[in-house]
Amino acid sequence: MTWVNAIIQGVLLGGLYALFACGLSLLFGVMKVINLAHGDLAILAGYLAVGVIAVTHIPAVWSFIIVVPLFAVLGYLAQRTLIQASLSRGVLTTLLVTFGLSVVIENALQQFFSANSRTLGIGSLISDSLHIGSQVTIAYLDLVIFLVAVVVLLGLQYYLSSSRQGRLIRAVADDREAAQLAGADYRHIFGIAAAIAFATVALAGIAYGMYTSFTPDSGSTALLLLFAFEAVVIGGLGSLWGTLLGGILLGVVQQLGAQVSSNDQVLAGQLLFLLILLIRPQGITTSRRMA
Amino acid sequence: MSPPGIAPDVRVTRSRRSALWPVLGAVVVIAVLAYLPYVVYAGTTSLLVNFFILLIMASLWNLLAGYAGLVSVGQQAFIGLGSYFVLIVGLHGIDPFIGLPVAALGSGVVGLVVWWLLSRLRTGYFAIATWVIASICYLVVIRFASLGGGTGEPLPGLPSISNTLLNAYTYWVALAVAVIVLVSIYVVLRGRLGLVLTAVRDDETGARSIGARVSRAQLLVFVIAAVGCGAAGGLELISQPFVQPTAAFSVQWTAEMIFATLIGGIGTIEGPILGTIVFFALQQWLSSYGTWYLIVLGAVAMTVAIWAPRGLWGLIAERLHLRLFPVGYWVWPAERGAGSGSARLRLPRLRLRRGGAASRP
Repeated sequence: MTWVNAIIQGVLLGGLYALFACGLSLLFGVMKVINLAHGDLAILAGYLAVGVIAVTHIPAVWSFIIVVPLFAVLGYLAQRTLIQASLSRGVLTTLLVTFGLSVVIENALQQFFSANSRTLGIGSLISDSLHIGSQVTIAYLDLVIFLVAVVVLLGLQYYLSSSRQGRLIRAVADDREAAQLAGADYRHIFGIAAAIAFATVALAGIAYGMYTSFTPDSGSTALLLLFAFEAVVIGGLGSLWGTLLGGILLGVVQQLGAQVSSNDQVLAGQLLFLLILLIRPQGITTSRRMA
Repeated sequence: MSPPGIAPDVRVTRSRRSALWPVLGAVVVIAVLAYLPYVVYAGTTSLLVNFFILLIMASLWNLLAGYAGLVSVGQQAFIGLGSYFVLIVGLHGIDPFIGLPVAALGSGVVGLVVWWLLSRLRTGYFAIATWVIASICYLVVIRFASLGGGTGEPLPGLPSISNTLLNAYTYWVALAVAVIVLVSIYVVLRGRLGLVLTAVRDDETGARSIGARVSRAQLLVFVIAAVGCGAAGGLELISQPFVQPTAAFSVQWTAEMIFATLIGGIGTIEGPILGTIVFFALQQWLSSYGTWYLIVLGAVAMTVAIWAPRGLWGLIAERLHLRLFPVGYWVWPAERGAGSGSARLRLPRLRLRRGGAASRP
């Protein structure tokens, strides 16, 4: 039964990873930009939520109502300035600039919020759980995060495949020049994609802050960027469905590794990632391209 | 003497000015640096040891990203492994200084294996995969309780001499490693491999299309960088002398080497040297303000990467037409009254860029 429990916990953890991954997947799919500041942006959102809660005294659960739109605006602005400027220099420049951004965010948070760990207190939700049999317990929080992840990823998939704006995003991603000839302003479309990506990062950061405590350097020490990227690659680039599956597979393998020893949780996931890179670099789902 | 395709009666040199003065200057600088332990306090030399370590790392990262097009954010893997190789040597009762070549060699072997895993990956994939490798190295190393596990271990077996002398030894060894690394990079870039690498720097696809063996060049550069970072990690441990796994495998190492290279000027030998000096000056200047130096350096590095991609050295070299370490060629017009083949080269000081097509009419 402990193994069954591990798998269930892994699936739930995978939801969190998939939520982290979907912004990364979107930015890469649309602009071919791998945002190395992804993990630190999530932590920045967590600290923003801490600040919002301190100022407005709203319950932590509702902090996303303010933080997520703020991050969407931030994403649009970041794309129109920093990311677009580095994008026109080339792919290597986007890597260097987003890496620089990650270090700047991490150390700025350290300066302003000190190195103490924070958490987004959510009252009774954190301790309540669902008991199935004697061995399996599912924390409501984990379940809620998982459901949010599923809704966000599937909603985004639907948005990209069916809405007018989603089709524009896919068009720009597929062939920028052709989309421009047809009248699409690719910079604006990129900005919208970045806004969506940042909004999901904010959501993931807040979910992470409820899930566990965080420090300014959690983005790099908790390997959030790596887990997100691994979920994307394992699932297969270009499919948000795949990203969800990839996140779940990563979560399950990590939890199974944790059954062997707590030190092996992360290692098991990293080895899975390397294995996938070696034997199936296109990911476990070879679906149609989303973007 | 002349590369093929150039009229035989033109003169081709490595630089516009005589190469003698920069070489002489370098020798003087090294001599002065070598004499320093006799005149300055140990605090200064330990600071300079850190300077040399960063200089080694930045120069090698420049070779990786600036020339071979490999943006690695996982060089801390080799820094950490270098430290631990020296620790293993020390734990066996052998002088840690002898462990330095072991660290370099061991890291090189690991680099070879890692390259086999990563060679198919490009750009962002490559970057994140190198970080994953570093994370794996960390997770594997902390499993060994004999190496201090997750908490770390002091380095035993340093020669039992006075602290002053030990400091001086460490300093000289660090200086020697830095000089070896810089000279090696210079020699590599002047040679055949350098020709391929410069072509990759300017246009990787183009370099492949004219038949340059790009993958082999990238393999060599990756292994050279692993060897050098292994040595740098070993030096770091000897100068501490305590290894702490999260610090040894910290991504901060990579942040420092990237910032120093970008600010100084990526894609030149001089850039990382200048960048390391600027990095150190800012670090010392802002040292009492916590991590502000990293915020400032990160912001400057981002700005430079977007708006002045050739860095500080690029700005200087452009104004002064200066090259301290010339790796290209200059083609001089023929003497008056020379053969007819020189007609199309009768421009004053036509510069032939290696890897480019400047020799075509």
